Amino acid sequence: MRFMMIVKGTTDSEAGVMPSQELLEAMLRYNEELAKAGVLLAADGLQASSNGIRISYPNPGEKPKVIDGPFTEAKEIIAGYTLIEVKSREEAIEWAMRMPDPHGNGQGEIELRQIMGAEDLTQNPETLAMEAALREKLEGPKKQ
Amino acid sequence: MTKEAVQRTIDAIWRMESAKLIAGLARIVRDVGLAEDLAQDALVIALEKWPEAGIPDNPGAWLMTTAKRRAIDLIRRSRLREQKYEEVGRGSELYTEQEVDMSLDGEVGDDLLRLIFATCHPALSPEARVALTLRLLCGLTTDEIAHAFLVAESTIAQRIVRAKRTLSAMRVDFEVPAGEELKNRLSTVLEVIYLMFNEGYAATSGGSWLRPLLCQEALRLGRVLAEIASAESEVHGLVALMEMQSSRFKTRVNSEGEPVLLMDQNRALWDQLLIRRGLAALDRAQKLGRPMGAYALQAAITACHAKARNAGDTDWVRISALYEALSRVMPSPIVELNRAVAIAMAFGPAFGLQLVDQLTAMPAMKDYHLLPSVRADLLAKLGRMDEARVEFERAASMTRNARERELLLRRAAECE
Repeated sequence: MRFMMIVKGTTDSEAGVMPSQELLEAMLRYNEELAKAGVLLAADGLQASSNGIRISYPNPGEKPKVIDGPFTEAKEIIAGYTLIEVKSREEAIEWAMRMPDPHGNGQGEIELRQIMGAEDLTQNPETLAMEAALREKLEGPKKQ
Repeated sequence: MTKEAVQRTIDAIWRMESAKLIAGLARIVRDVGLAEDLAQDALVIALEKWPEAGIPDNPGAWLMTTAKRRAIDLIRRSRLREQKYEEVGRGSELYTEQEVDMSLDGEVGDDLLRLIFATCHPALSPEARVALTLRLLCGLTTDEIAHAFLVAESTIAQRIVRAKRTLSAMRVDFEVPAGEELKNRLSTVLEVIYLMFNEGYAATSGGSWLRPLLCQEALRLGRVLAEIASAESEVHGLVALMEMQSSRFKTRVNSEGEPVLLMDQNRALWDQLLIRRGLAALDRAQKLGRPMGAYALQAAITACHAKARNAGDTDWVRISALYEALSRVMPSPIVELNRAVAIAMAFGPAFGLQLVDQLTAMPAMKDYHLLPSVRADLLAKLGRMDEARVEFERAASMTRNARERELLLRRAAECE
């Protein structure tokens, strides 16, 4: 099963302040550890939200609203993510616990979210049936 | 945390740490079986203590320290001690905790490499290699391995015990081989990983086409190997092949559990992340600048499919050329059959059929059900329906996979 470790934004990350050399090195070591354990799929840092764009749909059925960043509420902003493939929820938590405090200034926060996928759906007959129905819908036109 | 939650966390920690633990211990005690026992002892102690005392901040280090102490006790007490001293010719006080510490804090990657070369040792049968590797390098339980292979737990347990005994009795050299020997031994390691992957990817018997656990473990192990043996291009070739094949995991079977042929799969559902990883791994293999090996070539073929947005965009001319190259590195009738398919796609079914008919005469192809299946498909494309039907039926009678048999019989019926 796949998990996304979402690193939340802080006042520093939003202000475009680069992390300290020490933290960068710790992050690099951590990513190497993930890679050497064969669990790392992808990892990226995101630019500050001042460079972001938000598209919202306040009025259903009407044209969406496009708003340029920056956005307020640093905690609701994603500063980076790491995608891992593990065998259990507990393993994902263990890996997340080993990530260095992402900002080191008391504002650090990591959120763990499981990715929806076929491999975890295969365990549960109910969700498996849902997946099958979806697949049928998607593959329908291709069938003879 | 509840007791069950602690148990699950310990399971997860074991999975993350056991290979490193066993690998480090094996270097000290020079015996894979004994190393696993020591690591297991540490796990048992953790299972006793952690639910009460809580999980330590650095559980990996805790397990290692505990196992180390057991190792030192053992070295001090057992005959192994004398053996050790004879081997290295050292005085008695040298076997201190500090020394063991130092030898354990070395490069983990090398230890893991030594361990995988031991579990994939040529002295073991292919089944034993796979079982032992899953157990020691992937941290799977005997029960999980038995489940994955659809055999009794006792069978796997016995296989593992016997394998460890063999390694012990042979006093297998716990080293990373060098030179020509490295090439040979590495190819055995890659073979074990790919065997594991294929066992999961397409079960040859029984009703199930997918056994995801084995695929995931093989892929993970491949990724680990790519980091610790990064100079070996075939390692990256194999990883590339597995990443790209895994990208089609969701589309290989339809909602009835029947196989969907590559050309009929919905490419929008292919996992682009895995494709990208596969292409990057293939790039790493090619950048090492040696002639492409069998895995890299197969990965390059898979890449041709992965890169085609529509089945019709597939570069069959390039695939034919890659199969040609592959047939030189890895001559086999099966590669020839695939080359025939590629040539049929690139230059027309008549050219493909010509090659297939040459293969029919080969004794090695006698029981290979894909031969009549391919032949039938080409005949159908050429409009020779009666011959096609007979061949589809023959293919159906030869396959051991129930789902595949259904598919072949349906195609036979379509030839009426």
